[in-house]
Amino acid sequence: MNADRLGNTQRRFLVEALTAAALIAAPFVLPLFGAAPDTVNRILVWGMLGIGFDILFGYTGLLSFGQSALYGTGGMVSAYLLTRAGFPHVVLALLIGMIAGAVVGYLVGLIALRRTGIYFAMITVAIAEMFFFIEFNPLSHWTGGENGLPGVPAPSLYLGFTTLHFRAGWTLYPFLAFCYFVGIVIALRIVRSPVGAIFRAIRENPLRAEAVGHNIHGYKLAAFVIAAAYAGLAGGLLGVMQGFMPPDAFMFDTSGQLVMQTAIGGIGTLFGPLVGAGVWLFLQDFLQSTLNLGAAWKLVLGLAFVLLVFFLRHGLVGAARSVYGLATGRKAAAAAPEEQSPVDEDSAPAAESQATLAPVTLARHRASHSFSGPILQTRGLSKNYGGIAANVGIDFSVEPGELRGIIGPNGAGKSTFFKMLTCEVSPSAGTITFEGRDITGMNVTDVCQLGLTKSYQVNQLFNRLTVRENLIIAALAELRGKLKLDMMRSLSGIPGLEDQVRHTLELVNLSRRVDTPVAELAYGEKRRLEVGLALASSPSLLLLDEPLAGMSPRERIETVRLLKSIGRGRTMIIIDHDMASLFELAERVTVLQEGQVLAEGTPDEIKSNPEVQEAYLGGVHEAMAQ
Amino acid sequence: MLTWANFISQLFNGLALGALLALISSGLTIIYGTLGVLNLAHGAMFMLGGYAGYVAYQHSGSYIVAVIAGTLFLFIVGIVMERVIMRYFYKRPPEDQLLVTFGLSICFVELVRFFFSSMSKTVPAPKIFAGITNLGFMFYPTYRLAVVGIVAVALIVLFVVLYRTRLGLIVRAGIEDSVMVDSLGINVDRIFMLVFGIGAMAAGFAGIVNAPVVSIAPDMGEAILVQTFVVVVIGGVGSFPGAVLGGLIAGEIICITSMVNPAYAYVMLFAAMTLVLMIRPRGLLGVKGRE
Repeated sequence: MNADRLGNTQRRFLVEALTAAALIAAPFVLPLFGAAPDTVNRILVWGMLGIGFDILFGYTGLLSFGQSALYGTGGMVSAYLLTRAGFPHVVLALLIGMIAGAVVGYLVGLIALRRTGIYFAMITVAIAEMFFFIEFNPLSHWTGGENGLPGVPAPSLYLGFTTLHFRAGWTLYPFLAFCYFVGIVIALRIVRSPVGAIFRAIRENPLRAEAVGHNIHGYKLAAFVIAAAYAGLAGGLLGVMQGFMPPDAFMFDTSGQLVMQTAIGGIGTLFGPLVGAGVWLFLQDFLQSTLNLGAAWKLVLGLAFVLLVFFLRHGLVGAARSVYGLATGRKAAAAAPEEQSPVDEDSAPAAESQATLAPVTLARHRASHSFSGPILQTRGLSKNYGGIAANVGIDFSVEPGELRGIIGPNGAGKSTFFKMLTCEVSPSAGTITFEGRDITGMNVTDVCQLGLTKSYQVNQLFNRLTVRENLIIAALAELRGKLKLDMMRSLSGIPGLEDQVRHTLELVNLSRRVDTPVAELAYGEKRRLEVGLALASSPSLLLLDEPLAGMSPRERIETVRLLKSIGRGRTMIIIDHDMASLFELAERVTVLQEGQVLAEGTPDEIKSNPEVQEAYLGGVHEAMAQ
Repeated sequence: MLTWANFISQLFNGLALGALLALISSGLTIIYGTLGVLNLAHGAMFMLGGYAGYVAYQHSGSYIVAVIAGTLFLFIVGIVMERVIMRYFYKRPPEDQLLVTFGLSICFVELVRFFFSSMSKTVPAPKIFAGITNLGFMFYPTYRLAVVGIVAVALIVLFVVLYRTRLGLIVRAGIEDSVMVDSLGINVDRIFMLVFGIGAMAAGFAGIVNAPVVSIAPDMGEAILVQTFVVVVIGGVGSFPGAVLGGLIAGEIICITSMVNPAYAYVMLFAAMTLVLMIRPRGLLGVKGRE
C-alpha cells in the first residue's frame, strides 16, 4: 500500500516485479507440490475474474452476486465467434468478448446501481439468475443451451519470424499467465489512480464522497464496467482453456464461488481472489481424493468459510500482511520518527512562507464565474417537514469576503438552513443564489463543484484512509471535476494536487499526522480534518456547522485561531453555540429563532439587542426588573 | 393450448405460488427490517422446512405432525442461528452479514445433501386434500387449492402477530427507526431472537406446505431465494403488505408467462422488477426507514 502514496517512486514497480517473478517461477515450483497444469490454469482464470470483482467489491464496496452473468456473456461471445462463426483470430475474439462483457455490464449497472447496499446485492442476484435462464432457453440456438459450445481453439501468436502455439496444460500456461500479468498491472494502475482513490472514498463514506464534489454514481458505474470487462475476458479464457465453453459459467454458483474465494484470499488486495482460488481448488482436490470425502467436501469448505468470515476478516492475504506487520512492527515503529523528520523539515520553511503568503487563498483551478453583488443570497427560503415548519421565509445575504456567524437556540432551524444552502435538502419554497447563479434544486455535488461546500456538524470522514488520502480525495474533486476517468494516471501526475494537499494540511495543522489513519486521530484532530476536507476543495464560500462542538476549552482556542487564519481572504458562514468565540470571529451575526431571522448586525449590536436577549434568556430580564 | 380453462388454472397456480412467495418474503423482510440483516440462508431455510417435514412424516405418517414439526424445527434453527452467529454480526459491515449467511446457506444445503443425498423426496398430500376437485369449468388438484387456504391462514396469523401484539408493534417500530426503539429501553436482544425465529419459521412452514406440490431437493432453496428477492424489491424492503402484494404479482407473472412459454417466465419476472425500479425505486409499498 505504500506504493499508493504520493512521491514514493522507489517501490513503485515492486509489486509488478514480484508478480512477474512468481508467475515465471510457478510452472517450475508448483509441480513439486503435485499441482496439475489444468488446476494452475484454472486458478489463473478465477484470479482474472477476481481482479475485476475485487475492484468492485474490495475497493468500491459494492458486493455483486452477478459476476457470473458477465463471465458467461464474455465467454459465450468469444466462444461463439471462434466456433460457430468461424472467426480465426483467438486473441481478437477474446478482446471482443471482453468488450461484450463491458457493454452488458454497463447496461446491467444502469439498473443495479439505481439502489445501494443490500438492494444492490439482491438485484445482482436476480440479474445473474435471469441471464442464466436467457442463455439456457431463448438463446440456446447460439449458446448451445445445456451442451455449451465445444471446439473452442487454443490461441497461437504469429510473431513475424515464428508462430507460438499454445495448446493445453503447461503449453497454455504462458498465455494465461501473460494475460493475468497484464490484468494485474492495469488493475494496480487503476487502484493507484485518482479514480482508485475515489473508489475507496465511495467504499468508506459515499455521502461525503458526493458532498466533496464527486459524481459517485458515475464512478460506481465505472467500477461496475471495469469488473464486467475483467469478467468478460476471464469467461473467454475459460473457453480457450477447456476447449469448450460450458453453460454452467452462467450459474449462480459461479458468482457464489467467486465471492467466497475472494473473501478467503482477502478482500481489497487484488491478489486475494487468486490466492482464494488456489486454496479452494487445492482443498477441493485434497478433500475429495486424499481424504475420500466425496461430495461432502463442499460442506467442509462451507464450514471453513463461515469460520473464516467470523475470525479472519481480511482473508489470508490480509492475515499474512498483519503477521508481517507484527514481525516487522518494531522496525516500523523505529523507522516512523525518521520518516517524519523530513516532513517536519519540509513544513518548517513552508510555514515561514505561509506566514508571508497567509492571506492568499488556495487558487481555484476552475474558471471563475464573474458576478456582482452578494456571493450568496436567499429569498423566502422555507422548509416544511410534514406540518412542522423548520425554516420560514428566510431572506439572507452574504457579501464576498465576509465572515458571518449564525446563532440561535436549539431547534431554530440552523442546520436545516445550511442543508438547503448546500442543496442536501431541497427547499419547500424560495430561491438560493450563489455568485449570481440560481442554485435552487441543484444537487450537492454540483454545488460543491461551483465552490460552495460545508464541514459537517458530525464528522463525515473516510475512516480507514489516512489524513493525506482524505484530503487528496477532496482536492481531486476540485482539480478534476466531478467525473473524469483518468484511470491510467498516477496521483503524482496531477498538477497542483500535492501543493493543495500540503497547503490544506498546514492550514488545519495536521502536517505531523499525514500518514495516520483517521480512526487513530484524537477527536480535536478529526474535527480539524473535517474542516480540512471542506477546505481542500478550495471553496469560494465555506459553511461550517458547529466547528467547535464537543471541544475542550484549549482545543476551542486553537480552533478559533485556526478559523481566523482560514477566514483570511475567504467567505465563510459559521454556525456555533459558543457565542464568545463566534462574536470574536464573525464580522456580522444573524440570529435565527423558530425558523425565522430574528436579528442581524455586528456582534455588538446583537449583544445589546433586547429581542435576542429575550430569546436566549427567556424573560429573565423582566423577572429581574421586578 | 391457450384456452380459458388453461388460463384460469394458471391463474390459480399463480395464486398458490404467489401466496407461498408472500409468506417466505414476509419472513425475509421482517428479519431485514428489524435486524438490518439480509439473510441469504433464507432459501435454505425453506428447503430445511421441507426436509424437516419429510422426516416427521416418515416417522408419524401424519401431515399435521409433519407441518407442526417442520415449523417448530425451523423456529429453533432460526433462534440457534441468531444466538450462535448472527448476533455477533449486527455491528459488522453489511457485506460480512451477507458473506456469513451465504456460507451458512451452503452448509445447510450440503448438510442435507450429506444425509439425504441429492435425490428428490416426496411427501404425499393429506388424504382429505388428495385427488382433484371439479370446479365446474375445470378440474384442479385439491391440494393446491388447499395450499392457497393454508398459506392465507398463515399470512393472517402473521398479520395478527405483527399488527395486533406488543411484539409486532415493536417490530414495526424497529423497521421505521431501530435507534429509537433501542433507546426506549426495550429488550432488543430478546426481540431480535424472536424475530429471527419467526422469520425462519415462515420460510420453514412454506417449505413443508409446498412439499406435496413439488418434490423436495437440497438445492430447491436457491431459486426460491432469488424469487423472494424480486418479490421484496417489487414490494419494498421492510413492508409486510409489500411482501404480500409483491408475492402475488411475482406468482402470477411466473405462471401466466409459463403458459405462453416457460422459457420466458424469469425474463418477465425480472422485466417487472426493472420496471418497478425505474418508476418507484423504493418498491411499490416500501417504507422510508430501512435502505
